Amino acid sequence: MEELLNVNGLSKTFILSSKQQQKEKTKDKKKVAVDKLSFKAYKGEVFGLLGPNGAGKTTTLRMLATLIKPDSGDAILDGHSVVKEPEKVRGAIGFLTTELKLEEFFTPNYLYDFFSELHGVKPEVRDARKKKIFERFGIDRFSEVKVANLSTGMKQKTSIAVSLAHDPDIIIFDEPTNGLDVLTAKTVTDFLLELKEEGKTIIISTHIFNLIEKICDRVGIIINGRMVVCDSLEAVKNGKTLEDAFFDIYKETVGEDEV
Amino acid sequence: MKNNIWTIMKKELARFFGDKRLVFTTILLPGLMIYIIYSLMGDGMANLYGPKADYVGKGYAINCTEPEKALLAGVPLEIEDIDIAQKDEVIEEIKSKDKDFLIIFPDGFIRAVEEYDITTGEEAPGVELYYNSTNTDSSAVVQGIMDSLNNYEDSIANKFDINKGKEAYDCASKEDMAGMTLAMILPFLLLTFLYSGCIAVTPESIAGEKERGTIATLLVTPLKRSHLALGKIFSLCIITFLAAVSSFLGTVLSMPKLMGAGTDGVSMDIYKPLDFVLVFVIIVTTVLVMVGVLSIISAFSKSVKEAGTASGPLVVVIMLVGMSSMFDSVSAKLPWHYMIPLYNSANCFKQIFSFDYSMTNVLICIVSNIVVSGILTLVLTKLFDSEKVMFAK
Repeated sequence: MEELLNVNGLSKTFILSSKQQQKEKTKDKKKVAVDKLSFKAYKGEVFGLLGPNGAGKTTTLRMLATLIKPDSGDAILDGHSVVKEPEKVRGAIGFLTTELKLEEFFTPNYLYDFFSELHGVKPEVRDARKKKIFERFGIDRFSEVKVANLSTGMKQKTSIAVSLAHDPDIIIFDEPTNGLDVLTAKTVTDFLLELKEEGKTIIISTHIFNLIEKICDRVGIIINGRMVVCDSLEAVKNGKTLEDAFFDIYKETVGEDEV
Repeated sequence: MKNNIWTIMKKELARFFGDKRLVFTTILLPGLMIYIIYSLMGDGMANLYGPKADYVGKGYAINCTEPEKALLAGVPLEIEDIDIAQKDEVIEEIKSKDKDFLIIFPDGFIRAVEEYDITTGEEAPGVELYYNSTNTDSSAVVQGIMDSLNNYEDSIANKFDINKGKEAYDCASKEDMAGMTLAMILPFLLLTFLYSGCIAVTPESIAGEKERGTIATLLVTPLKRSHLALGKIFSLCIITFLAAVSSFLGTVLSMPKLMGAGTDGVSMDIYKPLDFVLVFVIIVTTVLVMVGVLSIISAFSKSVKEAGTASGPLVVVIMLVGMSSMFDSVSAKLPWHYMIPLYNSANCFKQIFSFDYSMTNVLICIVSNIVVSGILTLVLTKLFDSEKVMFAK
């Protein structure tokens, strides 16, 4: 299997402001968000990152997308290092997180063209891709409506289309179905399966066990910034439901009292 | 990726020019408002310092015989003679602005003046003139009366005159006079207009994008941070420049009306094309510096509101620097003074408008502004690459 992602000893510590210390209910001025995290992902597989809130999933994905720099360790995406070649990494991935917003003044059509241009996609290729993905998500019905006037589901569909404007081989989605109604969530899930069939490598983080069970080949469970389990979905489940398996692993890691 | 600077510029300009309300309030409205306000101020000042052309002053006089009336013949007046006993009643009419004045001559005024000998040390014959300074017409009429009486006094005590002939004793040309006036006012106004344009768009473009989370969407593309910085700065400069041109045109077009009362013929046609070219280049490079500084402040700010507050002290600096052109004692004198951003621009504007510039100093100013804006762009690039700045919570 061709290795498209190799995360090796990735670590990130944040300095907490006094406000953040209050919010986190801690007196520590530092918070280890990700601690020597390592995992791999292969071409054509869907890798799911599972973990409670604050476990370090989003921080990991943000480091993979080069939005933030790791304190130590590295990750190689499609042959490019997030530390040494961040621009090449950004050109190779499609990244989506709720933190990234679309400018509400513009229309999906304008934004798709704009991000295609930033990725250096030629207009004729862009137009063919746009037609396909807009039809797939039904964006063509509201392609000239300003983002400000779109529903949450429409915005999420537009964000997905825009993040894939350059047809990346590695797709990193942070909580892709969060806050969506069941119909839109199903559309997104089905689309991820289609991308998998096309041979794309997909890394997703989510709380939704059902989504992981439906689309992931392998799963990594992150607790307190550390990868406690990383294996195939079936191996992680170990004959149980994913939810039960996750809570067993969680109890084992943090202790009964913390659950 | 070479065209990404242009791609960012197109997006920024599309965002701005796609919002008609923003275009109107940022570009058209300032010029329009300045023209209207300055024109009204000019008209207002003209009315303040002179009565209506056909106005006839109405008032009372005591002891005003034919010789005294002859002294006031040059002023259009309707005078009603009254008795001293009516004085208080008449003053009430002046207070209520029903009448313009009351003039009280001493009995036998003309004779008393002619017989008065200054060497005796006695008190000179006095004329009392009651008026209401809050009544514009009354003030103007009284000024006319005072001028007539002063002329009479000059005529009886005249020993010598200064510049009595019709020669042009002031050797300054009309252009020099107009240039001096413009050189005092325009640098301050120009810097203020440029800053107003910058502050209207820069925080929104950088701090606004941070606040809304849209800048992170740009940062996950292969776009170079330097291209993002340059694309933002260039597009903001274009918008700011257009806003400044609008304000400048509003000022220039209203200047003849604003200055009309004091200076004859204040207009921009006294300048040559080269003067305008130099002013244009200095404006452009000054805008680069201002946008650079405000971009950095905005990049550090978490919201548009915070950027606006943090930019507050810069307004004071710009106003003080602009006002420096009004005082010769703080003018730039040495070549290195023209390396100081903003101060160099204010001084170059002043010298160009007063026809007294050195091309070397102008070039130092332009090069310095370009170098400073280059450094500011580098700093902005670093800030776009800093997760602590871009994703500060």
